[in-house]
Amino acid sequence: MQQKDVLQMKPEIADKQLTAKPVITGSEAVIRSLIEEGVDTIFGYPGGAIMPIYDALYDFQDQVRHILVRHEQGATHAAQGYARSSGRVGVAFATSGPGATNLVTGLADAYMDSTPMVCVTGQVAASLLGTDAFQETDVIGITMPITKWNIQVTRAEDIPAAMAKAFYIARSGRPGPVLVDITKNAQFGEFEYSYKKCEYIRSYRPVPELNQEAITAAAALINSAKKPFILCGHGVLLSGAEKELIALAEKAQIPVGSTLLGLSAVPVDHPMYVGLLGMHGNYGPNMLTGEADVVIAVGMRFDDRVTGDVESYVPNAKVIHIEIDAAEINKIIKADVAVHADAKQALAALLPQVNQADHTAWLQEFRDADKKEYDKVQQAELYPTEGELKMAEVIRLISEKTNREAVLVTDVGQHQMVASRYYRFKNPNTNITSGGMGTMGFSLPAAMGAKTGTPEKEVVAIIGDGCFQMTLQELGTIHQSQIGVKIVILNNNFLGMVRQWQQLFFDKRYSSTEMVNPDFVQIAKGFYIPGQKVTARENISAAIDEMLAHKGAYLLEVVVEKEDNVFPMVPAGAPVSSIRLE
Amino acid sequence: MQKEYTVTVYTEDRIGITNRITIIFTRRGINITSLTTAETEIPGVYKFIITVMSTREKLDKVVGQIERLIEIHRAFVHEEEEVVYQELALYKISTKALHTGDIERLIRENNARILTITADYFVIEKTGHQEELTAFIKQLEPYGLIEYSKSGRVAIVKWSRRFHEHLKELQQAESIKQKAESIH
Repeated sequence: MQQKDVLQMKPEIADKQLTAKPVITGSEAVIRSLIEEGVDTIFGYPGGAIMPIYDALYDFQDQVRHILVRHEQGATHAAQGYARSSGRVGVAFATSGPGATNLVTGLADAYMDSTPMVCVTGQVAASLLGTDAFQETDVIGITMPITKWNIQVTRAEDIPAAMAKAFYIARSGRPGPVLVDITKNAQFGEFEYSYKKCEYIRSYRPVPELNQEAITAAAALINSAKKPFILCGHGVLLSGAEKELIALAEKAQIPVGSTLLGLSAVPVDHPMYVGLLGMHGNYGPNMLTGEADVVIAVGMRFDDRVTGDVESYVPNAKVIHIEIDAAEINKIIKADVAVHADAKQALAALLPQVNQADHTAWLQEFRDADKKEYDKVQQAELYPTEGELKMAEVIRLISEKTNREAVLVTDVGQHQMVASRYYRFKNPNTNITSGGMGTMGFSLPAAMGAKTGTPEKEVVAIIGDGCFQMTLQELGTIHQSQIGVKIVILNNNFLGMVRQWQQLFFDKRYSSTEMVNPDFVQIAKGFYIPGQKVTARENISAAIDEMLAHKGAYLLEVVVEKEDNVFPMVPAGAPVSSIRLE
Repeated sequence: MQKEYTVTVYTEDRIGITNRITIIFTRRGINITSLTTAETEIPGVYKFIITVMSTREKLDKVVGQIERLIEIHRAFVHEEEEVVYQELALYKISTKALHTGDIERLIRENNARILTITADYFVIEKTGHQEELTAFIKQLEPYGLIEYSKSGRVAIVKWSRRFHEHLKELQQAESIKQKAESIH
């Protein structure tokens, strides 16, 4: 289809050719704004109040691909997956009322996990606002605390500026979701269109000025440290500071632990990398956090799943907190040196001031802890020889067979923790998971977004049997839009993580956690997606090969040990040093 | 320890900004005891003056989260001694009371004034701190207080000069930019 030429298609306004600005509808302005912002993909679902925008979209199908999801929640998670994998802003469309309220989970998830996303919702006509009109809901009020910014547009001529601001806010500083609610009259209204990208808002400072004194103070602390420890967070990936972080770690021989969302910033086999922090993280980085004398937290927010008991966290350390969001500094852990800055800028400034150092003995402590964890936990998990299949061995095989280069999209629960622990991440932005919100059902739509954003990469969704059933209708989207994601269901016929807690903390009273599951392979077949089910160890390797060799989407159900637990584990609210290996 | 604090927030003029600010207090279970908002001397910039009972630690975090909002210029927490503040109250009293007792003395001693007198009632205005305004109620009660209405706090921050200069600079830069654009 040809790009729509407004002046040709609207003969009634052709006599306005002499004016420099074309007269178009608000709906067309929405689509043109998206194109101006470089958007190539929209995930969405039409409905009454957004129909004019969908009508405008019809003329731009050669420039913007619309992926019709099966539920608006799927659109948001797909936009998140797209954004996290590609680094570009994800876009989702929904109609008013239930369409808009279905975005709430994804918006909250994107807000917690700092994901750049712009959601456009249709709204009833401005004259009907507040009258309880059909499919009217106060989506601005509902999403106020879970968006970085939101705006309701009631006039066509305000659309370009609102869209420009939305994209600027979503992607700048600490990224986040933005919602633009457009009333139906604004979609129909005509005006003289022109577009100007937003680069400045006078009340908003997305990137703080680097404070050189703070850098000098941070360097002095690092240079005096005997046991320095870097906590690498999502901010490292968001600011593209992986190289700077690794250079710092190498120069001063500083071990690096990663938060869940920081995973893939540093290759797992890097000599300075010591593992995952937090509740189900590795033994060493949790135990030794307590011994560190200088902690350098980069682009992370000391989530309670990382810190455990805050009072006893980092008891012996001075804390350097490098963070772009001022509200995160001193929120949970008091910073001795606060570096309010973009991670890449701060690390680049820090590097020349940090001395080369040798912390061999300190690093050895991590390696000794690794050995202990390997002997007590990992070996049996990764290389079992008898009994039912284990999640960890499946992840190990997928890691090996994808050459550690796949984008791993995990859901929430035991399989998420196991995948995060055992996939040996090599390249940045290859770990996509719902961290802050812990949204079950995230993975399938997020994987389809990731594959759309980075089609050149292998995208593997690791999903639990419970999570899969929260958003499985997106198999329809995957089939219709021919999205070649590999779907691995690790099926223990339980809500495994809740069951694990019931076992450990609720006297094995398994209240509503056992699942009677459908035939997942048959379900996939119903959506014309091939697949197979594996129950025996001798078949798993070949099944993964078959999945990866298949062109297009594929579903692999792996039946794993029913009552397996994820260890190590820091009980909720306990000190991280109380991490249990069994 | 919980005590009374004044929070000032400088914002852009935007629908819903009050909601954006107050939900941050709500989320942490902080009760707002008074809220006053009006345009500042800089057109388009509004100032919220909020009084709350809370702890400094909590409020420092709240203010950080308020400042994170896109349309907020700055937000501050002030201890009692950092602000000069006033509140205004109106007292409606039956006109009959003018003929009984010594209401004139009360008005004079309290630095209050009569705003209006009708056949049925008259209205007294008094400014001061909350304690003074409520103490005046007690004194007026014997005369038949019909209605009492009090404003929230207005406050001037003792050290606020630097920030206001920053705002004015922003304003100037903005108008220069607009002029430049209108020329093009």
